[in-house]
Amino acid sequence: MYARENKIAGWSLAVAMIALFIGGSMGPLQKLNYAGVNLYDTLNDIGLASYYQGLTLHAVLNALVWTTFFIVGFFTFALVRSLNMPLKMPWLNVAALIVMVIGLIMAAIPILLNLATVLFTFYPPLQANTFFYLGLTLVVIGSWMHGYGYYLTYWEWRKQNKGTRTPFIALAIIITMVMWQIATLGVAIEIIFLIIPWSLGWVEGTDPTLARTFFWFFGHPLVYFWLLPAYVSWYAMLPKQAGGKLFSEGLARLVFWLFLALSVPVGLHHQYLDPGVPAGWKAVHAMITFALFFPSMVTAFTVVASLEVGGRARGGTGLLGWIRALPWGDPSVTAQLLAMILFVFGGIGGLTNASYNLNLVIHNTSWVPGHFHLTVGSAVTLTFMGIAYWLVPAISGKNLWSRKVALWQGWTWFVGMILMSNGLHILGLNFSMPRRTMIGAAPYADPAWNPLLFEAMIGGLILGVSGLLFYANMLGTVLSRKKAETPVEMPVAESMDATPAPAWLDSWKPWMALTIVLILIAYGPILVDLISSAQFTSPGFTPW
Amino acid sequence: MHIDRTERTYMIIAGALIAVFFGLVVVSSLAYGIQVPAPEARVDPQTVATPGNSPWGDPIDERVRELAPGQYEAFILAQTWVFLPNVIEVPVGSTVTFQVTSKDVQHGFNLSGTNINMMIIPGQVSKLTATFNEPGEYAFICNEYCGIGHQTMFGRLIVTDEG
Ligand SMILES: [Cu+2]
Ligand SMILES: [Cu+2]
Repeated sequence: MYARENKIAGWSLAVAMIALFIGGSMGPLQKLNYAGVNLYDTLNDIGLASYYQGLTLHAVLNALVWTTFFIVGFFTFALVRSLNMPLKMPWLNVAALIVMVIGLIMAAIPILLNLATVLFTFYPPLQANTFFYLGLTLVVIGSWMHGYGYYLTYWEWRKQNKGTRTPFIALAIIITMVMWQIATLGVAIEIIFLIIPWSLGWVEGTDPTLARTFFWFFGHPLVYFWLLPAYVSWYAMLPKQAGGKLFSEGLARLVFWLFLALSVPVGLHHQYLDPGVPAGWKAVHAMITFALFFPSMVTAFTVVASLEVGGRARGGTGLLGWIRALPWGDPSVTAQLLAMILFVFGGIGGLTNASYNLNLVIHNTSWVPGHFHLTVGSAVTLTFMGIAYWLVPAISGKNLWSRKVALWQGWTWFVGMILMSNGLHILGLNFSMPRRTMIGAAPYADPAWNPLLFEAMIGGLILGVSGLLFYANMLGTVLSRKKAETPVEMPVAESMDATPAPAWLDSWKPWMALTIVLILIAYGPILVDLISSAQFTSPGFTPW
Repeated sequence: MHIDRTERTYMIIAGALIAVFFGLVVVSSLAYGIQVPAPEARVDPQTVATPGNSPWGDPIDERVRELAPGQYEAFILAQTWVFLPNVIEVPVGSTVTFQVTSKDVQHGFNLSGTNINMMIIPGQVSKLTATFNEPGEYAFICNEYCGIGHQTMFGRLIVTDEG
């Protein structure tokens, strides 16, 4: 079944994992440097020019490539099964994957040649080699093409199933891709209209404030593009793996629609400390950002309730006894449960960042990477690893190489991340230690930081080991000669509520209207203002 | 659509909690007079440091000015990888208004242990004010990646004892 879709999914996952391997391997180096062990001079010989080149690799490969490729692979696999229908135009999705890979290679070459050491945000007037920008653009366009392939399939399904509610997983996937389509318009405009003409020398200067604003139009919803696929698994797959049911499917749908509407008009919360943006607009975005916490709060309840159903069905009793009864021996479940626990702290930290006033204390300090390693680095990445523990066997038709190693992997990730993230949070909050900085060579580094830097290093090293365990397992699985006797199927949790969701939760018009109106309100006036007052006076710099 | 009673209650509490949190942010921001950088002035990064063009073109030792007793204004130019001036001395009890701009790439300006934290973006002027009632040394650190020497970019504000 679905041989073509499996191939697309499999290759996407392969690229994702290679990216995470290279990008991830930079992480322990950074944390060793924090604690005074500088390996960068040695690594010069194998072509790593600097801490910051390594950091660019770490961020671009982990946050953009690993996530995006994993997501399209996972979505391709899950969409067709959820709709019970193959892709309408599979060649479009094959082409999408090819475009993404070409883009990746195009962007990777300048990074590897130290021609694009601009980190993941590539803020102008830092100016990378043009191919870096072209490559990123192609990766984004490829992901759009994946989306178009999905929409066509979904459209066909709707035609054939008039009056039937879209299955939850399929609906959630389509909503996520539409949100991504809208969000990436920001970065596409930034790159195509501002950066590429400037990097080619067609125009002399650019406006850094305008570029930042377009970037963060994309930059925050990007976070939700990472997170929503994890939510798909938590809502609709994990409960099944844990022996439970989806507690309230209607609310789960509502949550995804709210994410569509609220993910984009919040980007200015990344620009609270920008001199070029009026305080009033920052406050508007702060308010919508707080509203955006609501669907995640609902998710917390529904997912935990769905798991509780499973734990009780498995014989768990008492207020918390059901937690012990969950299948902790299943590495896919364990990884995702641990990811959720870390996400609680990530969410609390996110509230702090969103707070207009508290943000002053932690903006651009190591608190921020401490925070997002709990979100994208744990809630998302550890969940994706958990998904991989059934998805890779399902695609390859092989058994998972070792459940035991996989369990160790989940737990080591959990422990390593707690240590690293705790160190980074406190260093940022109490000592204003800057993020994205080669702390091992910073003259202002304070001896009082040392215990925390050491803690972060230990965490980073444990994460490195955990990463190796993951790769050993993936390779062991794929390279195994033995086919599995019983093929692994996609887990799909049943809904507790037998009545279908109301029609307004399966209808695009009201939600698209709300989405567009909110974006126009939150971004329309400020963008008109910034564009009309733009001063294209910054030439490019390559200070690395 | 059926919604479980407990979940309904939880949703109401969650919504109320978020509203309260946001309210607290607004109230505390107003009560403590929290300031964030806001549009102040536009400059041309390519000429802003040219003598005679702007306060950032003045000789470095003239960029900190005493406007009135205990009232200072500091025009700091950020560039790869130094703040100019990078040592500022004021007596305890002084109020200092920092006006920072960049002549090249983006930088950051975080005065450790205070609420002064701002993005320094070419073409824009970032301005915040603080009063220093504790003598001592405060580091201002560039906290936005600005190239290979980013980790060396910092300066010191020395608040001296004599009042
Ligand atoms: Cu954000
Ligand atoms: Cu810097």
